[in-house]
Amino acid sequence: MTLLEIKDLTVGFDTEDGLVHAVRGVSLDLAEGEILALCGESGCGKSVTGMSIPRLLPPDSTRLSGSIRLDGRELTGLPEAELRRVRGKDVSVVFQEPMTSLNPSFTVGYQIGEVLRRHEKLSWKAARARAVDLLRLVGIPAPERRINEYPHQLSGGMRQRVVIAIAVACSPRVLIADEPTTALDVTIQAGVLDVFRDLRDRLGTAIILITHDLGVVADIADRAVVMYAGRAVEQAPVGELFARPRHPYTLGLMKALPTAAAAGADGRLRLAEIPGMLPSSLSDPAACLFHDRCPRAKDDCVTAVPELAASGPGHLAACFYPLEDGSR
Amino acid sequence: MAELGVKETVAPVVSSGRADRRRRLWRRFRRRPLPMVGLVLVVAFLLLALVGPLVTPDPSLQDYNATLAPPSPAHPLGADDLGRDVLARIASGAQISLQAGVLSTLLAMVIGIPIGLVAGYYRRWLDPVVMRMVDVVLAFPFLVFAVGLAAIIGPSLRGVVFALGFAQLPAVIRITRGEVLAVREMDYVMAAVADGAGDGHILFRYILPNCANPLIVQATVAIPTAIIGEATLSFLGLGVQPPTPSWGVMLTIAQQYLDQAPWLAIWPGVMIALATLGFNLLGDGLRDVFDPRSAR
Repeated sequence: MTLLEIKDLTVGFDTEDGLVHAVRGVSLDLAEGEILALCGESGCGKSVTGMSIPRLLPPDSTRLSGSIRLDGRELTGLPEAELRRVRGKDVSVVFQEPMTSLNPSFTVGYQIGEVLRRHEKLSWKAARARAVDLLRLVGIPAPERRINEYPHQLSGGMRQRVVIAIAVACSPRVLIADEPTTALDVTIQAGVLDVFRDLRDRLGTAIILITHDLGVVADIADRAVVMYAGRAVEQAPVGELFARPRHPYTLGLMKALPTAAAAGADGRLRLAEIPGMLPSSLSDPAACLFHDRCPRAKDDCVTAVPELAASGPGHLAACFYPLEDGSR
Repeated sequence: MAELGVKETVAPVVSSGRADRRRRLWRRFRRRPLPMVGLVLVVAFLLLALVGPLVTPDPSLQDYNATLAPPSPAHPLGADDLGRDVLARIASGAQISLQAGVLSTLLAMVIGIPIGLVAGYYRRWLDPVVMRMVDVVLAFPFLVFAVGLAAIIGPSLRGVVFALGFAQLPAVIRITRGEVLAVREMDYVMAAVADGAGDGHILFRYILPNCANPLIVQATVAIPTAIIGEATLSFLGLGVQPPTPSWGVMLTIAQQYLDQAPWLAIWPGVMIALATLGFNLLGDGLRDVFDPRSAR
């Protein structure tokens, strides 16, 4: 069942140089208990798309249009006061930097309890007991003791687990995780991803995972949306996406990924890069934004915007000349 | 619930976080000689102000056999033109100085911090309006502004406290606002918004506690400024009035007897210098301790 439905989301920011087009008409949906990856390189609009859902964008300079429906309820027009009741309760966010995402002046237990008191109206005592359970849920050993500690006493991995505990304290319907493992050691990353998987399995939380790391996507996501320059260029179940990428950009991303298979006969690894760079976000041309970096581009790629079109089971790609099976 | 993916081991936790942090800060502080000198001077000043008046004779008691008497066992620091014990007057003067320093700083903080918080957090039209007003006040030299205010309010200890408090206000507002501008961009503030926290909660639980250190340092700078300010206003006759023994009032009297009884000027002068020096050294030490980047 569809839990979250985003239709034609467009986000721009007013700057001194003009309107910056961060997201250009993205539509996607999220089912209950699904882990959806939003992936793409820096500046492709994946974070802005995620932050649009609880509207964590600078209110004065943001131009947002389109529709974001959670359980059928439109979020885009909600006044700030009502949105505050949605944030942290129905929609939670885990940010990238665990070292700075916690308030250094209060204990971990206080910070978890605070959210429970706000949204669930729990007493301090009940909130504390819940906080211990939550720390245990996210895999923190000796939670009864950790609860009295300050953020600076915890390691990065521990802090990220605490941030996740705060995010899931009120059993949100949707958890948005913005590069949650990027700042962590590879060894700690796997543990944190396990926590997400486990939360989905136990609590049925739907997760939007924003990441540039295709390894993370392959590891944990059910479905992925590939974004480029503010547009969704391909979306598919993860297995399908990796087996049969349709969009030349997606293929380019995969070729840039270090894998054992990509190593040459001499065992040395040569990664392919995508030539060129992101188009300017100040203009919004009616063209495929990838055309000048694309080996398959033809004349019509410059004059029309390719729409997402079905190209396999649950597989959509926005390309006039999608890759065929086995063409990689 | 099972614990999942646990690889980190738990370090034995010896003490709670806050006490642990305090102990670390204290260790860092203790290693520096100058801040320790400052701390000793401040503690001595506090003892003098709080305990001194209880153990010395009445500072207004006149002993006409001892007018302008040099230091002696009966009057350890000598006696003034009316035969009043200088030690007793120094102790009472310390009390006046402490009141003027602490109360005016408190006033500046209580009014200035909320204004700085609101201006720095909400920005929009409020911030430029407040900051331009602050700039206007800062354009006047501190003492000139304080003298002007004291002249309007009238000469008394209360007048001194208000004049110095308002004269210190712009600095407090500016420092608070600057800190708020830095702290509001921190990830944990964004995280609080994402958890559904309201403005009041974010201001008092997330922003204010994390701006506290520079404000504490500012207070240790504001207190000595106010001590000098009180002495100056009282010296000029705009502050505490005789016969109340303020250090500034004592200096006014001492002026006439500089060649006969120089100790009358020396003691209050030395006291003002030591008290001010003590708070300033302490403030510098706290600044270093709170900001490890400036540690040497």
